[in-house]
Amino acid sequence: MRIRPLVSAVAASLMLALSLPAAHAKGTGYVFVSSENDNAVTVLDGKTHQVVRTIQTGERPRDMKRSADGKTLYVIASNDERVDVIDIARLEVVRSIPVGEDPEMFDFSPDGKRFYVSNEEDAKVSVIDVAAGKTVAEIEVGEEPEGIMVSPDGKRLYVTSEVANMVHVIDTASNAILANIVVGNRPRRFAATPDGSEIWVTNELGGSVTVIDGRNNQIKGTVAFAPKGFRADDVTPVGIVMTRDGKTAYVTLGRANHFAVVDVASRAVKQYVLVGQRAWGATLNRDDSLLYVVNGLSDDVSVVDTKTLKVLRSVPVGRVPHTAVIDD
Amino acid sequence: MHLNLIRFAFALLAGLLPLTPALADTVRFAWLALDKDVRYDDKRTFFRTLSQPPGNPYAGAEVAMRESRFVGQALKIDFKLDRATGADTSALLAQLDRLHAEGVRYFLVDAPAAVQAELGRATRGKELLLFNVSAADDALRQAQCQPHVFHTLPNHAMQADAIAQFLVSNKWRSILLLEGPLAEDKLIATAFERAAKRFGLKITDKRSFVLSNDPRQRNQGNVGLLTAGSDYDAIFVADSDGEFARGVPYRSVRPRPVVGSEGLVAEAWHWAWERHGAPQLTSRMIKQADRHPGSADWAAWMAVKAVVEAVVRTENAPFPKLVAYLAGEDITLDGFKGNRLGFRPWDRQLRQPLLIATHNAVIERAPIDGFLHQHNNMDTLGFDQRDSQCKF
Repeated sequence: MRIRPLVSAVAASLMLALSLPAAHAKGTGYVFVSSENDNAVTVLDGKTHQVVRTIQTGERPRDMKRSADGKTLYVIASNDERVDVIDIARLEVVRSIPVGEDPEMFDFSPDGKRFYVSNEEDAKVSVIDVAAGKTVAEIEVGEEPEGIMVSPDGKRLYVTSEVANMVHVIDTASNAILANIVVGNRPRRFAATPDGSEIWVTNELGGSVTVIDGRNNQIKGTVAFAPKGFRADDVTPVGIVMTRDGKTAYVTLGRANHFAVVDVASRAVKQYVLVGQRAWGATLNRDDSLLYVVNGLSDDVSVVDTKTLKVLRSVPVGRVPHTAVIDD
Repeated sequence: MHLNLIRFAFALLAGLLPLTPALADTVRFAWLALDKDVRYDDKRTFFRTLSQPPGNPYAGAEVAMRESRFVGQALKIDFKLDRATGADTSALLAQLDRLHAEGVRYFLVDAPAAVQAELGRATRGKELLLFNVSAADDALRQAQCQPHVFHTLPNHAMQADAIAQFLVSNKWRSILLLEGPLAEDKLIATAFERAAKRFGLKITDKRSFVLSNDPRQRNQGNVGLLTAGSDYDAIFVADSDGEFARGVPYRSVRPRPVVGSEGLVAEAWHWAWERHGAPQLTSRMIKQADRHPGSADWAAWMAVKAVVEAVVRTENAPFPKLVAYLAGEDITLDGFKGNRLGFRPWDRQLRQPLLIATHNAVIERAPIDGFLHQHNNMDTLGFDQRDSQCKF
């Protein structure tokens, strides 16, 4: 009874915070890493990389996103079929939002009022109203939807279906599927150029990235990866992130234990950099000077200087880390 | 406004899909099986013997059909699956001819090896493909191979090689081989002897067992007596029926692990496999079949998925072109086992990792780390090109 008013007060302040325009306050400097097998988010000091706190979450935390105002961190707890809301100032879970069966990845609308979550088991995308904490719509897609991204202008939603080998393009106004684009095998995750003109999607089994024209939904090209000493079978691109100027993409290559540095304009691979085992998650800090690569099978995060492309350090985190978010 | 949006959407779709015909194309599959197949007999599946199918694998094909619905809708292709049974090979051939005349090109054959071989011989040269989803016999990939018969189930040699790799990697090098009286048992034993030679295992002794309580055959029916004598690191049981094998673990004289047909097996699929998206596939299969899936379920699923992949990537090309893609090196099939799968050009066997598993855990995935091949490590399992006796 005593807790309830507090929770609703926090929820109300969250709602208020979310409705405010995205004014970036300087963050805490913390690095948050979700660990699937620990049911926890590890909080690291951004400078020393020492563990500041371990926040218990629902079961199997995976994708994470920070709210536009930087005050809140959202974590998917796949096995509990919910999204946990962490207050970054208090480093605690303050609220949980139920979502569909077996959620893995999600993304916010630009105004932060809704998020879209892929439900692998249901072959659906759920549209969640953040303030109400409710599912307001469901969109049927191909089996095992996974990667999900809202276009920079918020008008389009891109979803991969791992089984149908497709990218679904969804109109966010009507929730109607506008196009189904056949891409490489087992498409996983997205990145977009800042103007939304190019949508990049990783193909885990195809060993490539498919470049989709964001304006007409045609395929513009592919980027293939061939790090030296690895067979095609061992090159399994999953994670992808682009610099804020849209000039460089970093693509993690899974079993090949490397990430690739790709020049977006020419689609040329500039370099391959060795990181940890099963490199998946990729996150840039605010000024793009550091890249954090999450290594799912070596339980660590590689911190990379993007200028020199040197791994500055490998930071041990929880078991089977999934995603890193930097609050800088 | 709304109408414009719909028009826009259609224009987009039309632009994306140059193949879009006025009417939907139909790609037809058919399932061919015997009226009665003892392998799926309730009395047999009841015991859940590790090396035996847990049930009728038709469910696997149904799951694949469901998975293909969305991509079919998007590409305006109807995928359709018929099911036909017959008392024997000639009855199945009649069914096949009828369905072929109706337009079915892709047949999933769920039958023992003898039926598979006869169907293959009788249909050679026709515009159709057969997919063997449930017969592991090596001969179907060797002397009896056919250019239009694809195998999605791993064969005995692949299974034996996977187990041999596991034994070698554990340094369990001396093996007692127990072989049953059936012709099929001998095939499994022969495959293991070949694997032992290939990977440097020593078979300390090979003994024949019988499923009998007859005191005059005590030496062959009693696991204690069969496993006595000089030492060994593990026991390989070659038992196609599984009834004897399930009584071997914990009855041996020496405390040694049992592999082959019980204890630890090498299979195409196991419900306990947790990586590469496997739990989602297993859960779809459980929903469909109301039981845990096994290798033949996976093989049936994979056969449908392979054809669908070729249809999608070739934009439903004419049959010869589609088959060339399906059989070629460029195809990438996702078997939820982490590797890119495709068919070996020399015998049409699907290259794939095998799951080395106990009753409720996958212990290893073969090819095991360190077993290397000059082209593709998956070709350390089964018949590599140089071992192939297949001539199309």
